[in-house]
Amino acid sequence: MGRGSGDYIVKRVAFGLVTVFVAVTVNFVLFRALPGTAVSNLSQVPRASPELKAALEKEFGLDRPKWQQYGLYLDQLVHGNLGISYDNQRPVSENLTGAVRNTVPMAALGLVVAIALGILVGTLSAWRRGTRLEHLSSAITVTLFSVPAQWVGLILLIVFAGVLPSGGIRSPFLIGATSWGRLTDEFRHMVLPSLTLALTLYGGYALVVRSALLETLGEDYMLTARAKGLPPRTILRTHALRNAMLPTITMIALSAGRIVTGYILVETVFSWPGVGRAIYQAVLQRDYPMLQGAFLLLTVTVVLCNLAADVAYARLDPRVGG
Amino acid sequence: MTDLLQSPGLTADDLLQAPPGRHPLRRIVRRRPSAAFGALLLLLFVMLAVLAPLITPHGVNHRVGGVYEAPSRRHWLGLDDAGIDVVSLLIEGSRISLLIGVAAMTVSMVVGGGVGLLAGYFGGAADAVLMRVTDYFLVVPALPLMIVIAAIWKPSTAHIVLVIGLLLWTWTARIIRAQVKSVRERVYVKRARAMGAGHGRIIFRHVLPQIAPLLSANVVLTVAYAIFYETALSFLGLGDPTSSSWGTMLRHAFERTAISSGAWWAVVPPGVCISLVVMGCYLVGQAIEDGLNPRLRISHLSPRSFRLKELPAERPGP
Repeated sequence: MGRGSGDYIVKRVAFGLVTVFVAVTVNFVLFRALPGTAVSNLSQVPRASPELKAALEKEFGLDRPKWQQYGLYLDQLVHGNLGISYDNQRPVSENLTGAVRNTVPMAALGLVVAIALGILVGTLSAWRRGTRLEHLSSAITVTLFSVPAQWVGLILLIVFAGVLPSGGIRSPFLIGATSWGRLTDEFRHMVLPSLTLALTLYGGYALVVRSALLETLGEDYMLTARAKGLPPRTILRTHALRNAMLPTITMIALSAGRIVTGYILVETVFSWPGVGRAIYQAVLQRDYPMLQGAFLLLTVTVVLCNLAADVAYARLDPRVGG
Repeated sequence: MTDLLQSPGLTADDLLQAPPGRHPLRRIVRRRPSAAFGALLLLLFVMLAVLAPLITPHGVNHRVGGVYEAPSRRHWLGLDDAGIDVVSLLIEGSRISLLIGVAAMTVSMVVGGGVGLLAGYFGGAADAVLMRVTDYFLVVPALPLMIVIAAIWKPSTAHIVLVIGLLLWTWTARIIRAQVKSVRERVYVKRARAMGAGHGRIIFRHVLPQIAPLLSANVVLTVAYAIFYETALSFLGLGDPTSSSWGTMLRHAFERTAISSGAWWAVVPPGVCISLVVMGCYLVGQAIEDGLNPRLRISHLSPRSFRLKELPAERPGP
């Protein structure tokens, strides 16, 4: 890895930081600075005590000019203060922390299944190119790529009605259960949302793995490997798959946006109390502080994932930025 | 379904212009059945959307029976949560979903095409600024931003079109910029400039025709994305409450207990329609893109048989 690659990483990190800053500013403009938006007043928490209203007005300087408000907003943001949720009168950051804790295991399970399926199906359809198996798997992949996530969720709900729980994160009637019982209960609740997420995500991965493998298989060194008489499995494992993994890893990190899209819809369908459902609830109840906080959280996460993808790519492939 | 996805070993010429003396349609269908299937799907839905006012069997604004009435001979796909005929809703929905898809695509093409052309053609500072803006929109997750803007804005069809169109253009801008950059360095463009052709003439006479095939692939894929996002926004309750797209149908079914009532006919049909349209766009767009990517054409070297596959007779190897 030469100096060029280091320069590249510095550039990407700088771009990532600027993007985060722009996202934070866009958030302020959308919610607070646009004229005529009824959402500009963070202190209008319903059923709030006068003291809370006064405190919020002071914290965010709501009586001051917009540019001063912007400074205060940045200051409060750095201290983790995103305002008070209209819905339950608790700090937005507190609500979001709980939501993230619920989203991560469900989304992670779905993502792992999606990646495994994607690599398997993508490899099979590139390696068995032109066979009936490839046509079948490609047809299924393209179909699943085309169906909306929320619809897959609804269909799974119909199919597994009565077999698996239809929503929520745990059974409300599970009192006095052992920790094992609670764990299996949570897992049973997680199956359908994670499966929905996996089914809607894997198609994209399979297509990337397939096209990356096909490009690799067309390279000259594949011909060399074949000419040397290496067994097909060795060629696939050590020559083709390894090189095809590069674009695949990047694509997975770059798909953070699609994962977010997926779980907003999935959590809505399955009433999974995570960040996606928090956004949905905030929209329904016009809970602008929550909407603002969740939006900021998702945007920053996705931007950082993209940054990670860039850096990982530069480290894995010395040709980048060299 | 098994032959649907044929090997993409053909060029865009196969799809865009057939050689003289052969029936172009038959040729495309034989060489790339998946693209033909996709085009057929799209044609079908476009016809449905255009003829919607004529062929809707029952009105979509008044009830014709009980809530979630099961499919019958009179109502092929039953009734929805308000006792409205599902078949009629589907036909009406095709009009609205396709309209939003095409309108949002147009917005995104105008913005993305403009940005790409300006950045690629003029280069320099314009390029740097426009591409940073594009990069920003490229990494920011689209759906959350759409949700936020749609939630702040009053819900209406026009707003939905703008929200989607104004967030989908990045891809187009990048593709067009890259193409324009390469085309403007070609000899005949330089020659045209030397002969005194203006920017407008060079762009519209020499650059645009060159990037048209790639643009056409982008157009179809953007329609698919626009419909996908419209469905998501409507499902989250951010669509126009006065019109009923396929996404709105899904939302009503979800919200108003179609699942627990076992009314599959309110859930399955709109999803199938969305999927078929998106799939049609995807198959057609992919066929054009594959045809334009020369690297995929090498794949006649089948790794499985370890033998050179026979090339199509009329086409010399790459």
